[in-house]
Amino acid sequence: MHIPDGFLDAKTSVATYIASAGTVGYALYKAKEELDEKKIPVLGITAAFIFAAQMLNFPVAGGTSGHFLGAILAMTLLGPYSGFLVMSVVLLVQCLFFADGGLTALGANIFNMGIIGGFLSFYLLTLVKKPLGRFGERKSLLFSAALFSWFSIIIASAACAIELAISKTVSFGIVLPAMVGVHSIIGIGEAIITVIVLTVVIEVRPDLVASFKSAPSLPYGGEGVV
Amino acid sequence: MSETSKMSRKQRIGLGAFVAIAFAVALILGIFISPFASESPDGLERVAEDKGFIQKAEETEQVWKHSPIPDYEFPKVKNARIATGLSGLIGTIITVAVAVAVGLIPLAIRKSRKRSGTISTDET
Repeated sequence: MHIPDGFLDAKTSVATYIASAGTVGYALYKAKEELDEKKIPVLGITAAFIFAAQMLNFPVAGGTSGHFLGAILAMTLLGPYSGFLVMSVVLLVQCLFFADGGLTALGANIFNMGIIGGFLSFYLLTLVKKPLGRFGERKSLLFSAALFSWFSIIIASAACAIELAISKTVSFGIVLPAMVGVHSIIGIGEAIITVIVLTVVIEVRPDLVASFKSAPSLPYGGEGVV
Repeated sequence: MSETSKMSRKQRIGLGAFVAIAFAVALILGIFISPFASESPDGLERVAEDKGFIQKAEETEQVWKHSPIPDYEFPKVKNARIATGLSGLIGTIITVAVAVAVGLIPLAIRKSRKRSGTISTDET
């Protein structure tokens, strides 16, 4: 759902650029609580994996394809701020080098797939995961990751639809059901890939899954910031 | 609470091996699998075609020409599968490089804050 150039009007483009740029700045500052030197290579390959996986369009109903997004995967692996930075890097590289997502729409694409499909969806994941904790850490994480990686695609596509409607590219009543409809199917693929990757990483290196709380992580506990 | 799972879940491979295997998987997906991905329009493109606003993007197609590898087709490579695989290789490597560079920024912020005399509350 990378928005190309030409779909958004100036006000939508500028507003989403400001929101996304501000969030990138804040995430660069906050990510210092999630990262240490050892995590940098993991951050690098998470971005690489998401970039490569996003190239793999899989067919969904009616001559349409969808592909992996990876926002929930990145945030559960690395923590929300680092995960957001990974998504921003992937979207930036896709936009600048591959014309996947327009330059004028980069702010909106980061907003949709990093903030709405990322931060908002991840926050809801943590709310649902907590009461599920009695089923065990692994089960509660995998279940909530499945649910909210699916949800992240739908809510991001809804945000995209709203921006298209605000830009008067297409009417809201037409674009919202169409976008949410097709992405509710694409989201199933998102959930499957997210759960598979999380299962593998929990199996071999549970300490590298930031949301897997029994892992002895906490690389940096300083400054008393929650 | 979940101490049992903590005890039973060990680090099965070293960090270096994990990173190497994960990078290899990313490269394999990007180089060898991506050429066989579906070429159907994605969700947004499909909606844009069906609801008749795809031409708004096509009108601004000129902006696209400035990107080095538009639409994951490496220029001047005739074989489409090789062109896509090459883009996957290059894109995966660029993404790692940019991500590592960006990831180092928060670490630099932390170091500079420590150096500039933020009182350390390290109790270790």
